[in-house]
Amino acid sequence: MSTLFFIFIGALLVNNFVLVRFLGICPFLGVSRQLETAVGMGMAVTFVMTLSGIVTWVLQHYVLSPFGLAFLQTLLFILVIASLVQFVELFLRKMVPVLYRALGIFLPLITTNCAILGLALLVAQREYDLIQTVIFAVGAGLGFTLALVIMAGIREEMQFAPIPESLQGAGIALITAGLISIAFSGFAGLVPM
Amino acid sequence: MDISWLSMISMGVVGAFFALVLAYASNVFAVDTDPRAEAIEEILPGANCGACGFSGCSGFAEGVVTGKAEVSGCPVGGANVANAIAEVMGIAAPADVKRKVAQLLCAGDCEQAKNRAEYNGVADCRAALLAGGGVKMCTYGCLGFGSCAVACPFGAISMDEKDLPVVDEDLCTGCGICVEACPRDLFQLVEEQQGVHIRCRSFARGKEVRQACAVGCIGCRRCARECPEEAIEMVDNLAVINYEKCTNCGACVAVCPTNTIHWQKDKPEVEKLVAVG
Repeated sequence: MSTLFFIFIGALLVNNFVLVRFLGICPFLGVSRQLETAVGMGMAVTFVMTLSGIVTWVLQHYVLSPFGLAFLQTLLFILVIASLVQFVELFLRKMVPVLYRALGIFLPLITTNCAILGLALLVAQREYDLIQTVIFAVGAGLGFTLALVIMAGIREEMQFAPIPESLQGAGIALITAGLISIAFSGFAGLVPM
Repeated sequence: MDISWLSMISMGVVGAFFALVLAYASNVFAVDTDPRAEAIEEILPGANCGACGFSGCSGFAEGVVTGKAEVSGCPVGGANVANAIAEVMGIAAPADVKRKVAQLLCAGDCEQAKNRAEYNGVADCRAALLAGGGVKMCTYGCLGFGSCAVACPFGAISMDEKDLPVVDEDLCTGCGICVEACPRDLFQLVEEQQGVHIRCRSFARGKEVRQACAVGCIGCRRCARECPEEAIEMVDNLAVINYEKCTNCGACVAVCPTNTIHWQKDKPEVEKLVAVG
């Protein structure tokens, strides 16, 4: 049980996918302007991450390993992720059109979000079992959401700040991201890895 | 079995499986879109300003198709867009829609209006208003921090060197976002051909206005008496122009002792009317 908890906290805080592993920076900077869309994006990524974690685990254990096809890993995982993102897109367009429009181009771009492929590859590398995989994926997804929400909250406040002209936009966003990342390095050593 | 066959078969099977799932899902989650809505969205300016009351241009297009919005509901597009949408919807073009532009109801720049305080806070009109009602003595006029210029999605409002917003009437689309943005309600959408504007919104008594601002309306009623069309009405010490009656004759401009009434003589539309009348 404690192993599962360590895996969860490890993915959520200590090795936060965005702020410590630096995976998925593109949506982190792109969709962190508004709190609402940041939460929506975080949930979509968490969903795709968990589902793709499960599906790639099954494929890894019942297709790739038994047939000795480990070299197909990246190709197959990308196929899985792309299909799942398509599915989420169809689902959101029908069920939550407002979020679908707010996410815009960043929704199909979840496909190329390296955090998701990174998770699938890490799971295979660490030889987690299915339950550990699910916990790891949910933790990583929520960690991504957390990073996005923190960033969006700060950026919403920064609208009123007198930022020097040369730093406006991407400049101040990257500096902010760097500072949050330094703060997150304080979690190092919280769980035995 | 050969490894190449094995990999081809496994990739093929997995790929086919996902293809089937997606094909099924696209049927289950199919969204019925009206082709007319897409056609209308192409016609619209695409600024997503929300001045129509819908969430962006696609929301407005849907509203037109479902009958919730008028074909002339887009204030940015004006008559051309309204006609094009009417064509898509197969109904008669609406009556001539006159283009409107934003007019500022204040002329109290930093030289004309006197200050009563210093302010070093956030450079935003709403923030300044919260912090004791701005720096100027006049509690009705422009705060001068340019929230309207920031809000304008078309770049039509700029702040001049005297901290008063200037509307570029060629760029202005009449979307009304500045009307919403100004915490003092100093913008008004006025039909383009109107060239006489009373640039004050102070309801204070004449003496107080004189103390606070050199170009404020002191409520002397001379313009109201002078106007041959009876287009100027006095509302609580303030002259208010009725644009439906105004003919741009400029009689009121000449008699105003504080030069509060501005006459945009160089506007081509105004010149035409002046020449006729």
